Amino acid sequence: MTGEKGFWNRLRLRLLFTGPTLFAFLTVMIIPFIYGIYLTFTSWDGISVGHTLVGFRNYGSVFADSEFWSSFGLTLKYVLFTVVLTNVLAFMLAYALTKRVKGQNVFRAGFFMPNLVGGIVLGFIWQFIFNNVLVYLGQKASIGIFSASWLAEPGKAFWTLVIVTVWQYAGYMMVIYVAGLTGVPADIQEAASIDGANSWQKLTRMTIPMMVPSFIVCLFLSLQRGFMVYDLNLTLTKGGPFGSTQLVSMHVYQKAFLSRDYGVGQAEAFVLFLLVAVITLLQVYFSKKMEVEA
Amino acid sequence: MRVQRQLGSAAKFVVLAILLVLFLVPFLLLMLNSLKENAMITSNPLALPTSFKFANYSYAFKQMNYVDAFTNTIIITAFSVILIGICGAMTAHYFVRNPSRLNQNTFLFMVASMIIPFQAIMIPLVKIYGSLDMLNSKSSLIFMYLGFGSSLAVFIYHGFIKSIPKELEEAAMIDGCSRIRMFFQIVFPVLVPTTVTIGILNVLWIWNDFLLPSLVLVEAEQRTLPLSTYSFYGTYTVDYGPLMASLMLTILPVVIVYLFAQKYIIQGVMQGSVK
Repeated sequence: MTGEKGFWNRLRLRLLFTGPTLFAFLTVMIIPFIYGIYLTFTSWDGISVGHTLVGFRNYGSVFADSEFWSSFGLTLKYVLFTVVLTNVLAFMLAYALTKRVKGQNVFRAGFFMPNLVGGIVLGFIWQFIFNNVLVYLGQKASIGIFSASWLAEPGKAFWTLVIVTVWQYAGYMMVIYVAGLTGVPADIQEAASIDGANSWQKLTRMTIPMMVPSFIVCLFLSLQRGFMVYDLNLTLTKGGPFGSTQLVSMHVYQKAFLSRDYGVGQAEAFVLFLLVAVITLLQVYFSKKMEVEA
Repeated sequence: MRVQRQLGSAAKFVVLAILLVLFLVPFLLLMLNSLKENAMITSNPLALPTSFKFANYSYAFKQMNYVDAFTNTIIITAFSVILIGICGAMTAHYFVRNPSRLNQNTFLFMVASMIIPFQAIMIPLVKIYGSLDMLNSKSSLIFMYLGFGSSLAVFIYHGFIKSIPKELEEAAMIDGCSRIRMFFQIVFPVLVPTTVTIGILNVLWIWNDFLLPSLVLVEAEQRTLPLSTYSFYGTYTVDYGPLMASLMLTILPVVIVYLFAQKYIIQGVMQGSVK
């Protein structure tokens, strides 16, 4: 832009407009990230001032840490189920709620409700439901599957995490799909109807292909959240019973802050970053390829 | 044909209504049980309260240090969101109107950084800010939220500012307006809808955030609502009534705001995703 002359003037403006943001961005995100990579090569216990360089030893420990890999495998399974179920449910809700249903705003507002509340609180609410309400129902109405708390059984506790996550995020993703659906031009829909397309054909041949951008956003968001979930895991199952629901993010936290093994913890966090980055980039790359122009 | 369609839409309405009830039942159960005696909760968690035990609320209110926790959360959320909005808008505006290679690359770098998970940063963050003695302060936490939140804000503002014609800004500059005055008097007002969107996304995140404040705020007086709920739960796990009341107290402020601003909140989330 014209109007400013002189090197100092331009520098002053640059600092004024971008300085605070870039300073915070660099000192909160980038420097810790780079310093974190350095930390993976040290043995730091969290207390001592100095730390010694240990080369790739921490990475060796990461690969030997079977708990890390089992929690990582569990996280993959969790991400797979939550991403698929959340998005299928969210899309169905959005599709139903863009077809002029009575009270559609009330429905949208209601399905979005769980997203107002943080994972800590949601975990506690559902802990009460799984431990007390469902057990009560199971025993009163003798529904075998609910007669004992799901949170106490290693096999079932995992599914409580999936259920609560889907319940929480379906409404959020629904809102994004509603935005996508309302963006599909009405004239194309009409033209297809005149050409004799039924609603299933319109949905699968037109609407879904034109909504690829919404799918990219929703898959990206649900993948990211799935890999990083911590609050809900902490208060709903605490990683138990017997470590059967310890997702990777909780494992990294425990390794670093509770076992005071910061070098290995940071190396695990960095391995997690690499794997998440590869998975999200692949997802975005392949979904971009499927995008079509209206 | 018409009857069939009407039947279809009635069936759809019923299915949606059942789903909605299933979605909202957890909140309803929470509300009911927050008013009951512990014995009643454990004997039948589905029953309506026979008498209202408001003592649950007053007990939780006191034990959680509700006033402090609420004030802390408001201060942290408000300052973070305002800073992210103003700084993000200024930076995005500068990047759009000065498209040098350096600025474009910085912008792309910020966008790319959004895939870094918080877990990859938390350990060095605690170490760096701990050694600088900057932990346990609200202002450090607010500064961190600016750092973590700025990428998304700059990204969303960038997309919007690109669509604003720059003739308006040039006219103001020719009339002798300084760049900073021009930004606040002409550009920022145009950005209000985008600012609302970014504000909503950030309020939902910062108000409910747990991990970052739990790492930064160590002392009990500094605690935010999620932290004080968590510690309250850790200390009193036998008596369900006050626990339910503490959860109600934590979610009540957001739910009240949501009831009034529900349309804007849903629209904000919608717009935030489209860009």
